[in-house]
Amino acid sequence: MDQLNFIIPELFLISSIMILLMIGVFYNNSFNLIYKLSVIILLATFILLFNHSIDTSIKLFNNSYAIDYFSLFMKALTLIACIFVMLSSFDYIKWIGINKIEYPILILSATLGMMIMISSYDLIVFYMGLELQSLSLYVLASFNRDNYRSSEAGLKYFVLGALSSGLLLYGCSLIYGFSGSTNFDLIAQNMDQLNTGSIFGIVFILVGLTFKVSAVPFHMWAPDVYEGSPTSVTTFLAIVPKVAALTVFIRFLYVPFFNVIGQWQMIIIFISLASMIFGAVTAIGQTNIKRLMAYSSIGHMGYALAGLATASNVGIQGTVIYLSIYLLMNLGIFSCIFMMRRKNIFYEDIQDLSGLSKNHPVISFCLLVLLFSLAGIPPLAGFFAKFYIFMAVIEAEMYTLAIMGLITTVISAFYYLRIIKIIYFDESKEKFEIDQNFGLRISLALSTIIILVYFIYPSLLIDVVSNINLI
Amino acid sequence: MINIGLGHYLFLAAIIFIIGVIGIFLNRKNVIIILMSIELILLAVNINLVSFSIFTQDLTGQIFTMFILTVAAAEAAIGLAIIVVYYRNKGSIRVEDISSLKG
Repeated sequence: MDQLNFIIPELFLISSIMILLMIGVFYNNSFNLIYKLSVIILLATFILLFNHSIDTSIKLFNNSYAIDYFSLFMKALTLIACIFVMLSSFDYIKWIGINKIEYPILILSATLGMMIMISSYDLIVFYMGLELQSLSLYVLASFNRDNYRSSEAGLKYFVLGALSSGLLLYGCSLIYGFSGSTNFDLIAQNMDQLNTGSIFGIVFILVGLTFKVSAVPFHMWAPDVYEGSPTSVTTFLAIVPKVAALTVFIRFLYVPFFNVIGQWQMIIIFISLASMIFGAVTAIGQTNIKRLMAYSSIGHMGYALAGLATASNVGIQGTVIYLSIYLLMNLGIFSCIFMMRRKNIFYEDIQDLSGLSKNHPVISFCLLVLLFSLAGIPPLAGFFAKFYIFMAVIEAEMYTLAIMGLITTVISAFYYLRIIKIIYFDESKEKFEIDQNFGLRISLALSTIIILVYFIYPSLLIDVVSNINLI
Repeated sequence: MINIGLGHYLFLAAIIFIIGVIGIFLNRKNVIIILMSIELILLAVNINLVSFSIFTQDLTGQIFTMFILTVAAAEAAIGLAIIVVYYRNKGSIRVEDISSLKG
């Protein structure tokens, strides 16, 4: 029974979801109440994470559920990101009329799935968490059900997501068969004697995970889904599931598959290179800002995976730092997208930003900082994120990866700078109607300020992350 | 009589799996066929897991299969719901028509 003490955050989240569903059934028009309650619940779950000491490192339920520093950090990151996404998207949801009680509840259950994924230490637990997360996200993507673009995005996401789950599962079954267990530790022990079956299993699992983080060559769903879904869901998709997917990626590579590093290292290097190049080149011609963010996220996942390919603790820590800063930058950019509204229409084209600096100098400055940071220009946080990754890559003597990374950074700077040019030097259009929404403002301000002043005390994040030692 | 071993089951599962994957990519007609193909992939996985479970004398595989069956049902329900929503907006579920988002 005392094992249950360690999963109090998850238990709390599960019971709150059920209570919220009950409230939603018995009270009419309770969207506002449920939305606010779910933000509070996420906050409470975040606090409950620190119920046990942060140094605990135990495996629960027959070694199938890991509670350690790594999972704690990633869960905290997921919950914070989720809280800010919910705060910033409240007005948007009401404006486009998807303010149904299911919306916050689906977000909560997706978050629950991600928390289970992050802690999973067994193939079955991992699969259940993954499906809880993806099934909620399919519904969320098609949530604006009277809009054909949203339902098409949901349909595409569902088909490709289900295919990737199938591939992943086939890999899991092969791994189970050839190692005789679903537990990560036991798989690691039995992975020494390699045979073709387990190599196929590793490849299938990597393919499935690549789908989930939207890296090349399995990225094709990302631009369509990002563009079609309601912007609030796009924000969620671009920020929160990446944390969980990348955590699982790290867990898989460094626990069960660590003995066979020779088999997967080249694959990860290839995925990372291809994502960096593809993300940088294809984003150039985009006109829709959500689509552009999708291509940019493909590129950024390439950098994050470069850290994983190094097979060192420094590389993993670099990836985690990169992910944290990436979340911040994306949160800021999407907060700006939420602000582009005149009357009832939300604008999504890059051209709609033209001359923004004359009408809205503050927002333009925030966008300037965020875009410079995405492009990796010092002294902003985005530069440090890339710096740690490249340091780890060079330490591991993977010079091709480092050089290609630098080249693609320069290429991708082009399209970020093009947006800045449009904002500052093009002719100005009509003013946007800026909401007085507190949550939106605070997430934009917070992300901009943190990115701006990160260079003053960078060791704060490094100290927190440096406790993550998986090898 | 030939002796049916683990290899035969794995081969059967692999064939069903490949039919499922090909069904998703080569199908140009109907989204329902994609749903059936996804179902085929999951069934191939189940065959794999059950045969491994029997031949290695380990029960975990069969438990895993139970979980997959439940999740597959939920997945099919959600998939059908999304298809219905899509059909109401577009009036067609031909795969060729699902192309308003591209670039």
